[in-house]
Amino acid sequence: MKYPQFAIALALLLPCVVAAAQVVPRGDAASGRKIYVTQGCYQCHGYQGQGSNAGSRLAPGPLPYVAFAYQVRQPRARMPAYTPKNTSDQDLADVYAYLLTIPKARLVAEIPLLDGIPTRGESSK
Amino acid sequence: MADDPREDPRRRRFLQGAAVGGLTAALAPLDAQAQRTAQPARDTPRSAGPVPRNLESSVRAESIAQSRCGGDYMVDVMRGLGIEYFAATPGNTFMGLHESVTNYGMTTQPNLRYLTTMHEEASVAMAHGYAKIEGKPMACAFHATVGLQHASMAIYNAYCDRVPVFMLTGAGIEADKRSSPVEWIHTAVDGPAMVRDYTKWDDTPGNLQGFGESAARAWRFSMTPPYGPTLLAVDTQLQEDEVAGDARLSIPRLPSVRPPSADANTVREIARLLVAAEHPLIHVDRCARTPEGLKLTVELAEALGAPVVDSGNRMGFPWRHPLNQSRRFGDLRAEADVLLALEPGNPFELVTTRNRDGELRRALGDKAKSITLSSAELYPKGNYQNLQRYAGMVDIAVQADAEATLPFLLEEVRRLMPAARSAYDARARAFAATHQQDLDAAKQEAVYGWDASPISMPRLAMELYEVMKNEDWSLLSHHYWQSSWSQRLWAAEKHHQYIGGSGAEGVGYTSPASLGAALANQKHGRLSVAVVGDGDLMFGPGILWTAAHERIPILYVVHNNRAYHQEIMQLQAIANRRQRGVDRAGIGCAITDPNINYAIVAKGLGVYSEGPVENPNDLGPALRRAVAVVRKGEPALIDVVSQGR
Repeated sequence: MKYPQFAIALALLLPCVVAAAQVVPRGDAASGRKIYVTQGCYQCHGYQGQGSNAGSRLAPGPLPYVAFAYQVRQPRARMPAYTPKNTSDQDLADVYAYLLTIPKARLVAEIPLLDGIPTRGESSK
Repeated sequence: MADDPREDPRRRRFLQGAAVGGLTAALAPLDAQAQRTAQPARDTPRSAGPVPRNLESSVRAESIAQSRCGGDYMVDVMRGLGIEYFAATPGNTFMGLHESVTNYGMTTQPNLRYLTTMHEEASVAMAHGYAKIEGKPMACAFHATVGLQHASMAIYNAYCDRVPVFMLTGAGIEADKRSSPVEWIHTAVDGPAMVRDYTKWDDTPGNLQGFGESAARAWRFSMTPPYGPTLLAVDTQLQEDEVAGDARLSIPRLPSVRPPSADANTVREIARLLVAAEHPLIHVDRCARTPEGLKLTVELAEALGAPVVDSGNRMGFPWRHPLNQSRRFGDLRAEADVLLALEPGNPFELVTTRNRDGELRRALGDKAKSITLSSAELYPKGNYQNLQRYAGMVDIAVQADAEATLPFLLEEVRRLMPAARSAYDARARAFAATHQQDLDAAKQEAVYGWDASPISMPRLAMELYEVMKNEDWSLLSHHYWQSSWSQRLWAAEKHHQYIGGSGAEGVGYTSPASLGAALANQKHGRLSVAVVGDGDLMFGPGILWTAAHERIPILYVVHNNRAYHQEIMQLQAIANRRQRGVDRAGIGCAITDPNINYAIVAKGLGVYSEGPVENPNDLGPALRRAVAVVRKGEPALIDVVSQGR
């Protein structure tokens, strides 16, 4: 396991996660989009939450809310902590609501530029 | 035509003279006294007693016609070293050389071409990029003091990136020849001292023959691994003064450089460990100095069926070779029983990790062997800490050039290899499968944000690849800043197809260095492409004018994330740690208000351009039009409003 601390925390939280995952706080996606930008989430995670080498992918299909909130408040790896002082619980709920609105990505087969990448043993030139 | 100095038969044939005299006459001492006495008298006679202030300095012999000058000899010396280009922003302390390059070097064969830059940093960076493609130095010259100060950061980049650059700066050695207050300001007693910590060697030759020999020495040191920049401070008088007709000057002979390889016993020991290893791992950094180095690395990996992890600082291993496992370093290192690191830039990081409490520990197993094969330790310097933290957990540290050692290592590995290769072949097949898994995973990840605006990095990478993949292309910027999507999805296999980054992470490298590399690619008909950060470009946008003026074909794609993006992320982290919020993190980091229109900037500097491109569907057509321009021999720029990474 690469991040044992995180795994232990998640395990301890699992009952809460299971219960709370069913009850996502009401959030405003439009507000969440704005907060996502003003709080600089996009700098590492991308505007669509697609991730980069500076931050993991967040959407589509974000983590259960409790795990998401835990990561924001007490992050693992390089992510800075966002405390309630600057990012309220309602802000988190709004951002989460925004992440839920990000649509499913297209399939590789639907994107010729990706689908056409030669497989092993082939090369372009 | 009688007024044309180029028609003067007595003028400027040092190289021919050397040829006639034969190289056996090399290093003949200059008759300095003859040179001095042959000069027309030009010093103002001085009276006894205090010198009036208005006579403290004597002017240089500006009104006297010459038939042979020091600058021409210097041109011939550079030609003798195989130097083709001389990049410079003009400066009064090397005007004698400047004039010789333009009126002699550029008008006679073999041609030495002056490249006009708009910042000394650009001159060095162009030479930096050029050398990584061409495998030899370009000359660049700086005004004394202020010009060298401008060049300084780029020199540090080249030093850390282990790249040869042949540098010259003016010097006013004789105090009474400094003819104006400005010349005094532009004089340092020991000019090269400022950059000595990150140049491989420097000298201030005292006469012309001394220049020739020091130039040859500078070239040799520059081209001996570890490669690096060298600097000659050249007296202004020496450049400008006439050379006496009877002065015997020769062009020093240039031997081929033979980099040091590891000794036979060491090679045998490494080969034995590799062949016996169950889980060997090869890490390549600035290993392949030449295409041959790349070929040898591939042959070694294939002989062993060993996985290879590439640092990304050079074209260290073909990106789509089945044994390329660059995404799996952590896992492979954990199980490796032998790690061979070829020219590692940071051996400490390769062999050391931290536990949960932040304590350092050995990254490899207790019985595993780590081997570094590196020329860097053959030329250590203090002060600047580019050698990184001491790697005490390396088991065998070999001070030798990796590329020079590879033929012997490969031969020994093949000699020791058992006839039954099935285990090695099975290992290679397993890694081929994981390589394919990594490619499939990259394709799966690339779909996220594919249609987004600002444009995503995988979309940018693949739209770009689409317009260049059928050309003999060359990517001249580091893939890291675009989350390495090109490395993950493209098929680079040739040495010139990728050259890494700056070396010292000094911003402002990519735009000029890629142009120097494009110049080297031009003669081979390659398509040169650089993805440059908006912050990088704004350090020296004048390079676009140089691209247009010198007609160097290159496609610049501006990764316009409207920020010094690395810094904005770090500032956010610090602001959050202090619980002050990130809303002011853009101050000092964001490049907005107003947004810069790089297409207009480029147009103003004479470069074909389009943008800002915000809709991902517009990107492919824009890139195709730009490639058509580049194919005609011109530079082009596409401004792409992009995601951060």
